[in-house]
Amino acid sequence: MTDIAATPSALSPKLSPALEWVARRAEGFVIPVAAIIVGMAIFSVFVALLGKSPAQLFDLMWRGGFGSWFSIQNTLSRAAPLLLAALCVALPARLGLVVIGGEGAIVLGGVAAAAIGVWLDGAPSFLVILLMGAGGMVAGGIWIGAVGALRHYRAVNETISSLLMAYIAIALMNQLVEGPLRDPASLNKPSTHPLAEAYRIGSIPGMDVHWGLVVGIVACIVSWILIEKTRWGFAARIAGGNVRAAQVQGLAVGPLIVGFCALAGAFAGLAGMIEVAAVQGNANGSLVAGYGYAGILVAFLARQNPLAIIPVAVLLGGIDASGGLIQRRMDMPDATVLVLQGVLFIVILFSETFYGRFRIFNPDLWKRG
Amino acid sequence: MESTDIGLWGVPLAILGGAIRVSTPFIFVSLGETITERSGRINLGLEGILVFGAMTAYAVAVMTGSPWLGVLAASATGAAFGLFHGWICKFPKVNDIAIGIALMLFGSGLAFFFGKPFIQPSAPDLPAIPLGGWSNIPQVQAALNINVLFIIGAALAVFLWWAFKNTRAGLIVRVVGDSSDAARAMGLNPDTVRLLSTGVGGALAAIGGAYLSLYYPGSWSEGVSSGQGLMAVALVIFARWNPLGCFAAALLFGGAGALGPALQSVGVTQGYYLFYAAPYILTLVIMIMTSSPGRSLAGAPGELSITK
Repeated sequence: MTDIAATPSALSPKLSPALEWVARRAEGFVIPVAAIIVGMAIFSVFVALLGKSPAQLFDLMWRGGFGSWFSIQNTLSRAAPLLLAALCVALPARLGLVVIGGEGAIVLGGVAAAAIGVWLDGAPSFLVILLMGAGGMVAGGIWIGAVGALRHYRAVNETISSLLMAYIAIALMNQLVEGPLRDPASLNKPSTHPLAEAYRIGSIPGMDVHWGLVVGIVACIVSWILIEKTRWGFAARIAGGNVRAAQVQGLAVGPLIVGFCALAGAFAGLAGMIEVAAVQGNANGSLVAGYGYAGILVAFLARQNPLAIIPVAVLLGGIDASGGLIQRRMDMPDATVLVLQGVLFIVILFSETFYGRFRIFNPDLWKRG
Repeated sequence: MESTDIGLWGVPLAILGGAIRVSTPFIFVSLGETITERSGRINLGLEGILVFGAMTAYAVAVMTGSPWLGVLAASATGAAFGLFHGWICKFPKVNDIAIGIALMLFGSGLAFFFGKPFIQPSAPDLPAIPLGGWSNIPQVQAALNINVLFIIGAALAVFLWWAFKNTRAGLIVRVVGDSSDAARAMGLNPDTVRLLSTGVGGALAAIGGAYLSLYYPGSWSEGVSSGQGLMAVALVIFARWNPLGCFAAALLFGGAGALGPALQSVGVTQGYYLFYAAPYILTLVIMIMTSSPGRSLAGAPGELSITK
């Protein structure tokens, strides 16, 4: 930066630093937004080829997701689990790990919370809800922490192992819900005993959205502080860039990887607990709702930034919320939303190739010819 | 009925029959992934390609009445998905593993989208050859009722094992997979070779999907795959990128998958869901046993990002 004074800038010296500041940060905003627009455009062509009206589709998507107070509340309710599920991907990503088995931690977190809630029936509700949350976080944390430990100490690929662990978790849940934890009264849909009303998580005052939304947003902010403002986050970035360099620096890479993965799993487990305590009222097969997989998409769209996860989760929650309306009004299958998500996912990954390609985002290049 | 009651002998027999039945999709997907990974790329999207292949095969078989046309159409769509993966991954900074995850969601979503009308009608099955005619025990006959695709898969495994060693194309794929620089020095374009390898891999994975919807379990639904496409990727690592190893590993996985139903058939119902998880647990245990920190895996292609 020493040559700033030597090379006369075309811009006035007072404006230039501000403009440079904006330009350096604009890239991380402009490219993803442009990618989302391009993805929507490709999806419009797909819809038009099927003989449906893209304009009507986007109109319904807006109305179903964001157009009224009712739909906004619906959107926020759907965004709540996505926040925590996305953190399960974004935290390990800081270390360069691609963990995609958050679904397993969600399911086990839900089962653990339900078991605790039924087991401690009669105890003060404040204590039980706290312990249910802790139980869900421990179950999820052990599950994904194990993935991190296998990665570091046995060099087992974390992408595949986390996914296998998710299938194992679902089988474990089925076994528990069909067997030892089953409520004999649940005939068609095997479930655990229902939670007492006192142990259910209610709504945020004045809204028809449960407290899980607040928990998710707080978790995102805490995660952002952890990885941007603490030495652990800094160490994780070094280890994610180059494991050997981190080890030479004396960083305890193993505990760092296991710790970040365990925290990631704990957030996913908490999502499961909230799903049980706020939505289902017991643990059953509905816990396998695909939040873990939608969370992967949210985390990648947010480029693994915990703060960016918040708006992206709301956007995807809105798309999800409008699915039913699109299905009814336009006579399109409910998988329409999945197709749009897939298109957005591919386009956003493809857009990675454009980072650093545009001079407008790099003030260092403005002055040269 | 005296002669058909073979008691506990039914368990190993059911596992053998199940292994042959369940393993076929694993054989095709893992052979496809072997070709892709030998060229230095990994395609995790085979799961999505498999589901889309299952849907395409079923739909085409319903509409034309010919299961073989269904298999052909499935392999064409699989090749298209594979080529797409190969093309998009040649751009700098585009991560092949992440694109694979995206393709997994996209392929399944697209299959559910187009497959909705085909959940009800029934398609003609792929033919099976009754190799158990010499025995008059029904269980033996059932176990040895072998589908044509299984035999094709076995032959393909032997052919690929031979071709990697003895043909020019096999050598080209191996060189590109081991070192892009060496390949360029030989005048080969690594991107083109990987594009074609991923395309062939996709076509084979889709045939695995066609087997699922057209033979066993033999119907199309949104739950047609239980992660076979992903387990196959782990299986390839276990098989050390050797086609014959893939065939053996696929049989092992098929046997693990048949364990639960086999035990259930003789009245063991305790822990049914845990037996259902056997293939996943087996895969995980094998991955833990065969991986090791500090050294790269024997036989791993040098350019493969998953082993770096």
